[in-house]
This record gives sequence, structure tokens and C-alpha cells, in this order.
Amino acid sequence: MTYLGMPTAPAGVGQLRGAEPFPAAAETALANGQLRRNLANATGTIRAKRAAVVSEVPDWQELRAAAAAIKDDVLANLDGYLTQLEARVIERGGVVHWARDASEANRIVTELVAATGSREVVKVKSMATQEIGLNQALEEAGIQAFETDLAELIVQLGDDRPSHILVPAIHRNRTEIRDIFLAEMAGVQPGLTDDPAALAEAARTYLRQKFLSARVAISGANFAIADTGTLMVVESEGNGRMCLTLPQTLITVMGIEKLLPGFADLEVFLQLLPRSSTGERMNPYTSMWTGVHPGDGPSEFHLVLLDNGRTATLADERGRAALRCIRCSACLNVCPVYERTGGHAYGSVYPGPIGAVLSPQLTGVADNPSLPFASTLCGACYDVCPVAIDIPSMLVHLRGRVNEDKAAGHRLPTPEAAGMAAASWAMRGRRRWTWLLRAARLGRWARLDRLSKSRTARRLLPPPLSSWTRSRDLPEPPAQTFRDWWAEQ
Amino acid sequence: MRVALFATCLVDGLFPDVARATVRLLRRLGHQVDFPAEQSCCGQMHLNTGYPAEALPLIRRQVRVFADCEAIVAPSGSCTGAIRHQYADTARRFGDERLAVAAEAIAARTYELSEFLVGVTGVTDVGGYFPHRVTYHPTCHSLRLLRVGDKPLALLRAVEGIDLVELPGAESCCGFGGTFALKNSAVSAAMLADKAAAVAATGASVCSAGDSSCLMHIGGGLSRLQVGARTLHLAQILASTRSEPALV
Repeated sequence: MTYLGMPTAPAGVGQLRGAEPFPAAAETALANGQLRRNLANATGTIRAKRAAVVSEVPDWQELRAAAAAIKDDVLANLDGYLTQLEARVIERGGVVHWARDASEANRIVTELVAATGSREVVKVKSMATQEIGLNQALEEAGIQAFETDLAELIVQLGDDRPSHILVPAIHRNRTEIRDIFLAEMAGVQPGLTDDPAALAEAARTYLRQKFLSARVAISGANFAIADTGTLMVVESEGNGRMCLTLPQTLITVMGIEKLLPGFADLEVFLQLLPRSSTGERMNPYTSMWTGVHPGDGPSEFHLVLLDNGRTATLADERGRAALRCIRCSACLNVCPVYERTGGHAYGSVYPGPIGAVLSPQLTGVADNPSLPFASTLCGACYDVCPVAIDIPSMLVHLRGRVNEDKAAGHRLPTPEAAGMAAASWAMRGRRRWTWLLRAARLGRWARLDRLSKSRTARRLLPPPLSSWTRSRDLPEPPAQTFRDWWAEQ
Repeated sequence: MRVALFATCLVDGLFPDVARATVRLLRRLGHQVDFPAEQSCCGQMHLNTGYPAEALPLIRRQVRVFADCEAIVAPSGSCTGAIRHQYADTARRFGDERLAVAAEAIAARTYELSEFLVGVTGVTDVGGYFPHRVTYHPTCHSLRLLRVGDKPLALLRAVEGIDLVELPGAESCCGFGGTFALKNSAVSAAMLADKAAAVAATGASVCSAGDSSCLMHIGGGLSRLQVGARTLHLAQILASTRSEPALV
């Protein structure tokens, strides 16, 4: 089934598509030994922390099931919850905007900032605004955005792309960070060392001026409570709290799936999120706000509700559970593929296993056809997912959608599709299958195996065998198939 | 018990020693072994590469061939996983409820080797003899899809003479992943290099596992990198005795 007519995230705006397919981008990343060591260290550390704090929770599996059920209820009744949220936010003095896609969201936010007369905004770390490429849109309108999360600041100053949902600069080590600060941070002390405390102090000094002067802040949201109109951001550094309380105007961009029905649902999610995300029992800062309050915090609050392919994702009953995601990044940290390639290879702000199922659904599979195949289906992601998204099954489903999409676009089947059809045909006839097993044993395998001992000859092997023999030897062909041996007994 | 062997296409064609070892082991434990000759492939490759329509006739075939078998044993965690977790769902996707019900029935009687030995027949000491240093890679689908737990290790620990050593980072995927090994061969090779280094660090002469597909990949890497260790399927170690030792 295809979902023509259901709008997906538009091309040419935001960051959901890579410049090249995953295998090619991965090859570039794999060649960087420093990157692989940085990633192995960082993901290994956070994996161990997560495992320790999760093992303390006796009802972890029940919490996961509850979270999945709550999110599924939200997704099944999304229209009702969204209009409920809208009504509550308006009642409490906020303004609600509906954005069908990245372009519309960028336009809305840019106009809102322009209306304040400010040429600068401070930003809380937000995946939604990275997804739509908001900073670039603001820059084109002559408005400068300052990222205030330390890792986002590193990415922004380095004119780089985030490579992890929680730790956008996970691919950088502290020497690289020092060099970025020295080159790009206004007013930085020239003798800055790569001591983590010194780097944090430099960022603090730099950001403090921004917090005190900014009149507009832009945030995302971890959760929105439909029946109270409350928005929430969880964070580690306190920069978010500054942005959410000091400026006069606060603009929040939120994906439409971030809803929870009631305040009590946070009981489930605030146990799951910090433990899955940073491996902490609780995150240091949890900020909540409901509309505006005279004399306290922002006097103007805008909520931008973003679709950008989410409704299209919701329409696929086998793919929609991806919208349960709470952006904890536990699946990235356990993924053996992510651990080797890092996030940039995925080409989207959503990397790793969740990115491999979310990005192609937001853009439509035709625009991200390599991502569903960027997994060994090892299942480590599903095991750690706090909202129990069966990512391996979803990857398999999306592989099917990619193949269907390719078939629909061509009169002739792809070589792979033709091969699969031929294999399926051969495997369902006893005589032809027995013959084929024998042929494989006697002939080609043996010859190719001998050829492959020579490095030059290995390169001459035709695809797809060359993909195998470039890093592995072929098995020694047996003297007899099992079925022939059995028949002889 | 009367046991139908599902050899799997890979073992049938390329690793017949694994199926022969499975037969020898099951017979030694007093089971009667059948090999339904109409069997071919479970369809896992088609399913996991996104060709469910091409997998469907193979699912029908598997369900028909094994319909009357009391217990079906496969020396593969991933093929057993496909039958148990993907068959009925795929049949329903194509609107074939009767096939789905029949698939659920054979899935309930299809066991990966260690599941059958430990879980069904309650045996951990199968009377094996294998005086070598062995390390065990648990394979993702046995571990996370079938949840076989430490059944394979319990079987190996009871083998006489074995020096079983823990594989560092055992639960990390080896990088095979079916067609992933070809479509993303660079990433697959990077994962394989780490797995081969872990095997080398144990000083084991044999790396074992319950899936010939993962072992084909690991073995191909060990050979290319000249680690000095080879691969043997769990069934081959368990079947090994003083009179009929497995070759190392």
C-alpha cells in the first residue's frame, strides 16, 4: 500500500535527508579511526550507566508497557488530544500555531521573532528545530540564533551537524572542542586549555551575556499535557531554565506526537526517560510552564505544532509506533552499527535505529531508501527502548515498502528483486532445489574460493560476491550435500 | 521422541557436517530422526530483505512439509526465529488466516537445538567429549528473539574435557545480518574485525555458535585475518565423542 496524498516532510528544507546513501556515507565514517574510538568510548560508558540504573527499577518492563500503551492511546486519539491542548494553551494566555511542514513552521517562527523587533534569539536544545533547519531559516531572515546547550553550541560554532540525539557533539573530543572555541567563540580567553572544567567555564561566560540580553527564546518540548496545557523540558545544564524564564517571548516548536493525556502520565515517563537517556535516576532540571503569568517569566508564549510527515507516519499501521519515541537515544548507544559509523552517516538529525525507521517515514521511503537496510536486525535497540518500539520488525516492514516503491517506479524488476524471485522459485521445487544445491557445491563455489586466495582475483569477483570476499573468505565447499548423504543412508 | 530435522538451506548445501552432527547427537540421546525430503528454505532471507510476497510460498511449503511432525528441530536460532515470529504475521498480512493458524501450530513445535535439548527433553549433559579451548558467540536471534538464555552454555559446560572461556563483548552482533553483509559490507567488516579480535583475545582454538550463517561470516573473517581459531557449530561440539571426535 502506498500513501499518496499524505504530505511528507518536504525536500530542500531541514535535515532529514543525507547527501549520499548510508553505505557510502558509512564507509567515509569508518575510515576515521579517531571517530570510532570516540564513539566506542562514549557509547560504552553510557550503556553501562544505563544498564546500572535500569536494573534498579523492579517494574521496568511494566513501565515500558505502560508507556507504550499511553503513547498508543495518544496516537489513536491524536486529533482530540491536540485540540484539547490547543484550547488549554489558549485559555492560559498562549497562542497556538499549526504548521503542516518544515517550511510553514520556519515561516511562522521567523515572523513571530521579526514581530518582536529582536534580531537575536537564544535556543534550548531541540530536535524539532534541528529537523526543520530553523537556525538557517532565521539566518536567512537576518536573525541570529544562539544555541545554549553546550553540545549544540559546539556543533553550531564548528559549523557542524549533530551526530547524536542527546549528545550532538559525541563525535568531537575535547581537543577539537578547545580548537573550535578558540576559533569561533567571541571573547574567549586565548590561553584556553582542553580541561573539561575550563571548556565549560568558557561556554558559561559566553552564554551568560546571551541569557541576560536575549528578548526571545525558542525551545522544543519533551512532553505536552493535553488536559492542562502544560509544556515540559528536561535537561542537564540549566541553560534551558534560563531560556524558558528570562526572555519576554517564548516560542516552542513541538512535534504533534509529543502529547501525554494527563499530568499523572509523567509518573511513567519521568522514570523511563532520564534512566534511558543519560543513565541518571533523574535529570538535574525539569521545567514546566502553562501559558503566561503576569510578572513572572515570558509575557508572550507561542506554541507551534509541527506535522512534517508525522500524519503520514501515523497512516502506516506497521510504522506508526515510531511516533511513540521520546528521543532518549538509548537505541543509538546500544546499536553496533551506530557505534561504528556515528550519526552523520544516517544523513538525518535522527540517526541510529530510531532514525532508520523514523526518517524514511517522515520523508517518504523514496527519499531515504538505504536507511531501513542500515541494520543487522540484532534487536539490541528493541530491548532497551523505553516505549517498546519493535524497531527490527519495523525495519523489515520498511524494507518491503522501499522494494515496493522501487518496483512501482520501474517497468523491469531490479536485479535484487529478480534474484529473490528466482531463489523463491528454485526453493519450492524439490528436484530443482536439490540440483541447485549440488551445482553450488561442485562448481562455482570451489573455483571462486581458489580464485579469492589471490588479492587481485578477489577484486575481479562479480557483485554481490565481491562484497563478501573483500573482508571474508568463502567457506570450503563440502563433498556432498546433506540431503544426498541422507538419501544414501 | 520422534524428531523431524529441519536442516536449513545453508546447512544442507554448505555445512552438511552440522546436520550430520545434529542427527548423530539426537540419535545418541535416543530420539528417532526424520528428514522430510521436501524441505528447502524457511524464507528468512526473503522476509528480512523486504520480499514478503516471495517468502509466502516458502512459508506455505514449510508449513505443509512439517505439518504432521511432533517436534521439529533446527540447528539455527535465526531460522527458528523467523518461523516463530514472522510466519503467522506474514500470512495474516496477505489475508491467509488458515495459513496463519497452521503456521502458529508448527511454530509451537519448532525448536532451536539447545531449546529442544534443555527446554523440551531436560538434558544438559549429552555425553560429549571435546578437549579444546572453546569460546561461544550467543548470536542475536537466539539471544534476543528466542531468548534461549544460557541453554547453549549449560550444554557446553557439561561436555567432558572442554575449556570453555567467556567471549568479551559476547552479546554484540558479529555483523552478519543476512543481506546486510553484502549491502553494508564495510560496516559488517568493521563489526567482524571487532568480533575476530575478541575471539583472538580468548586464546580459544574454536569459536562456536548456534547458527551456521553467523559462523560462516565469523569463520570467513577468522580465516582472512589468520586468527588461528576456527568455527564449529554447537551441534558439532555436542556430538563429538572420544570414538568420533569432531575435527579441529
